[in-house]
Amino acid sequence: MVLSALRNLRPGRAAGTAHRPPRPADGDVLLAATGLTKSYAGADGELPVLTGIDLEVRAGEIVALLGKSGSGKSTLLRCLAGLVPPSSGTVAYRGEPLTGANPGTAMVFQTFALLPWLTVQQNVELGLEARGVPAARRAEAALRAIDLIGLDGFESAYPKELSGGMRQRVGFARALVVEPDVLMMDEPFSALDVLTAENLRGELMELWESGQFPTRAVVLVTHNIEEAVLMTDRIVVLGSRPGTIRETFDVPLDHPRDRNSPAFDDLIDRVYRTMTGRPKVTRVPGRTDTVEAEKRTPANTPLPTAGVDGLSGLVEMVEHRGGRCDLADLAEELGLEVDDILPLVDALDLLCLGKVSGDDLVLTERGTAFAGADVQQSKKIFAEAVRDVPLVKLITTSLRQNPDSTLRAGFFRDLLAHHYTSEQVGQQLETATDWGRYAELYSYDADRQEYRLDEAGIPG
Amino acid sequence: MLPFPTGPAAARTSLPSRIAGRMSRMTWVDVVVAAAVLVLLYITLRVGQGTTVRFSTSQSVKIDTHPSQLPYDAARSLLRMFVALTASTVFTFLYACAAARSRRLERILIPALDILQSVPVLGFLTVAVTGFIALFPGSMLGLECASIFAIFTSQAWNMTFGFYHSLTSLPRELDELSRSFRFTRWMRFWKVEVPAGAIGLVWNGMMSFGGGWFFLVASEAISVSNKDYALPGVGSYAGAAIADGDLGRIGWAILTMAVMVIGVNFFFWRPLTAWAEKFKNEQSEAGEIQRSVVLDFLRRSNWPRLLGRLLRPVGHGLNRAGRVLGVDDRPLAPDHRRRRTGDIAFAVVAGGLILWGLADLVGYLSDRTGLGVFGEPLLLGLATLARVAVVVVGSTLIWVPIGVRIGFSPRLTRIAQPLVQVLASFPANFLFPLAVWFFLRTGLSIDVGGVLLMALGAQWYILFNTIAGAMSIPTDLREAMDDLGVRGRQRWKRLILPGIFPSYVTGGITASGGAWNASIVAEIVPFGATTLTATGLGAYISHATATGDFPHLIAGVAVMSLYVVGLNRLFWRRLHRLAETRYAS
Repeated sequence: MVLSALRNLRPGRAAGTAHRPPRPADGDVLLAATGLTKSYAGADGELPVLTGIDLEVRAGEIVALLGKSGSGKSTLLRCLAGLVPPSSGTVAYRGEPLTGANPGTAMVFQTFALLPWLTVQQNVELGLEARGVPAARRAEAALRAIDLIGLDGFESAYPKELSGGMRQRVGFARALVVEPDVLMMDEPFSALDVLTAENLRGELMELWESGQFPTRAVVLVTHNIEEAVLMTDRIVVLGSRPGTIRETFDVPLDHPRDRNSPAFDDLIDRVYRTMTGRPKVTRVPGRTDTVEAEKRTPANTPLPTAGVDGLSGLVEMVEHRGGRCDLADLAEELGLEVDDILPLVDALDLLCLGKVSGDDLVLTERGTAFAGADVQQSKKIFAEAVRDVPLVKLITTSLRQNPDSTLRAGFFRDLLAHHYTSEQVGQQLETATDWGRYAELYSYDADRQEYRLDEAGIPG
Repeated sequence: MLPFPTGPAAARTSLPSRIAGRMSRMTWVDVVVAAAVLVLLYITLRVGQGTTVRFSTSQSVKIDTHPSQLPYDAARSLLRMFVALTASTVFTFLYACAAARSRRLERILIPALDILQSVPVLGFLTVAVTGFIALFPGSMLGLECASIFAIFTSQAWNMTFGFYHSLTSLPRELDELSRSFRFTRWMRFWKVEVPAGAIGLVWNGMMSFGGGWFFLVASEAISVSNKDYALPGVGSYAGAAIADGDLGRIGWAILTMAVMVIGVNFFFWRPLTAWAEKFKNEQSEAGEIQRSVVLDFLRRSNWPRLLGRLLRPVGHGLNRAGRVLGVDDRPLAPDHRRRRTGDIAFAVVAGGLILWGLADLVGYLSDRTGLGVFGEPLLLGLATLARVAVVVVGSTLIWVPIGVRIGFSPRLTRIAQPLVQVLASFPANFLFPLAVWFFLRTGLSIDVGGVLLMALGAQWYILFNTIAGAMSIPTDLREAMDDLGVRGRQRWKRLILPGIFPSYVTGGITASGGAWNASIVAEIVPFGATTLTATGLGAYISHATATGDFPHLIAGVAVMSLYVVGLNRLFWRRLHRLAETRYAS
């Protein structure tokens, strides 16, 4: 990259810290989570967000926590930072179980979390001020960190005067100045535009490689596979509902990593497959997928948050490519990230409009028909497809059994509340409402919060 | 009483916290707390009453109504207002923090606040005067404190609610920032929480201050237990001029009042709101930016920098001292058994105290008058309720069309909005004498005229909020309606009324609260030798205050609070909920 070439011209500066991260990652265990679970209160009992997490972070390594939204990766990061209490299990820092906020970590936030009423320098000084460091020494250390992260000249600016990239640099400087053992990064690049993010990633990796990085390990939460492969030494892929460690990948590539190398591509494809694929289950020979064989219910088959328009768009795009295309390529082509495209893929699968085979998304017969249909036809096809979706089915059959064909939303909310948090219940019903309305199976009156069977709709 | 928030800022910060956020949790807690407040009122009364004997020797103050006296009086009044504002701010910090930090205290403090702001402040005045005079026997300080207390009670609740809301809705990442970087509690408060709530605090302060003028006027000259008390101030000046029936001097007083209201706005609140812009949390997009000539002027001078440099060591010292409050951290594993035991102990002690006081109160009332004392105010309340309803409906019919017209025209808005803001701040009770003079000339009954007096102050909230609501209707919506040919009735029904509804409800709540409060001074008005008295709960409370009839006063205040709370819960809160769910943009 041109930018990184330019950056190389700048002479390295001493970070003012003595310790070098020992490499490779065989250093002391800095953070250790054992048997960690986290659940939030639901309607009847606890709803698990994370279960059975065992994780170690050692000096000298960068670890990625990778997962879809809802996989609990941010919650796990906050458990490690001592900001969120685990429901069971322990988190230890250098062997000592945490009792409060982790003294050895500092956090970089997705939304920057800068105090808009303080200048850049005052923001960077916050952590030192909290430790009671005298003003003069504080300023000295802050200026050094500002310098290191490439913010010279911005000391007296207010955050709102800065671009997103510069703001996140302040976030990094603020965390680095306290020289934490472990730097916690919560999707630090996802609020930035593509070029800015790329540049900042590059600079950080250079700092890390040069040994000037005043921390000994980094934990990076992300949903961007490429980012994880590009930056980290170990990728921990979290599965959803509840979050478990699905697989761990070591990244043995040298920095700076070449995106075009076959090894890089191969690893991305492997991680992609892990994230898009169903959780591993032992398959009985002669029978198809055991998960499919099991009865699908609204509880074990959550509706992905996907709108009808998005589904149609994706189907048409795949159809254009001959009804089959590589998912990773498609996402890259559209400039989308996993979080954007996976719910759509899940929805296609659920509706039997498409299915994932290997790295590819393949349209089914129904999917192909759906892609070519006009509005009325596509509604008909969609109605057929959606009828077997557990939650939609539950709503239609309940409405049919009801004498006046109406039911309060609260009824379904109560049913779902046993398996989802109230926020998730809202999402589930929202998607079911959207799909059912489009398929003209039932209508929903938002004022009265009532579902009503759509008599005029396509007959069942 | 209900506070006086107006304008978009107040609507944004304080209202949802009060009305919407606590819709579901309003149950027996309210009843308990209402009882607690009643008990507190009663205790203060008893204590104050026991000490009035000593007080009987002091003589009433005679007010000099020569116009040259006015600047001094104005200064005294202003001082009172600002002392009250300072007290309200300190109270806000302490009370809101206690409520936001302690789970147990929160359950008592927040419902208490809700009830407190429904209690007519002027009913408190008697309590305050007797109490404070007992605290400082033979000194003006007692009266001074009582007046400040009256202003304080009109400001503090609203500010506290707003700040409590900003504390509890602190953005999650700021909370995590504070804990992750191990801020001290002192740092969290001053570097994160106060700045995050600063804009709401300043706007709420400004609105409450505007409402405070009314109580300044009402509290400077007051008669309690058949004795007249007066403090030097614009309010008492006007009171004396009214007693003399001197319209010229009343005019001077009105002019002074107007100058004070506008001056404070220009020299204090405008600069403060403009300065508070720096605490806006949105990182880039700036909507409407507050500007102030005074602030620009100050910023150009060197004084702020010099003052900053002088004060920096003080700040450092305070920060260091603040470290004793400890680090902002939450234990990861709370001890559930200890917590439960603490909860139970707290509930038993608090509940016991309230019960004991309630029993004593009932005993007191049934000894003196019997519990039938509540019957009369309940009936009279219906008369006042009717007046309040007429005020709200009348102001709506008159001001909503006008407000919409103003709000749709940027040019008119620029002229009208500051004007209405000043009109809303201007203490309406100041104008009562003129109105009474008019009633006496035309022979209009005070039973009807009282409605006009109550409307004098209350109507502006409806106008002000309607303007804000009309302004918030996007221009492209109006253009779309033009395009489709939606006009007349249909336009009102489909666009304008739904568009202004949320703002209007805010204005309506405030106007209705203001009208209840005003009824205490509007249903019984002296002018010269004549005193006009209407039938109503306000006059009942006023009368009980003047004669020192405590059982009737307690009954009157309690019943009026009941009416205000009832009206809010049964009517305004429903409208507010509708506005939030259906018409919020």
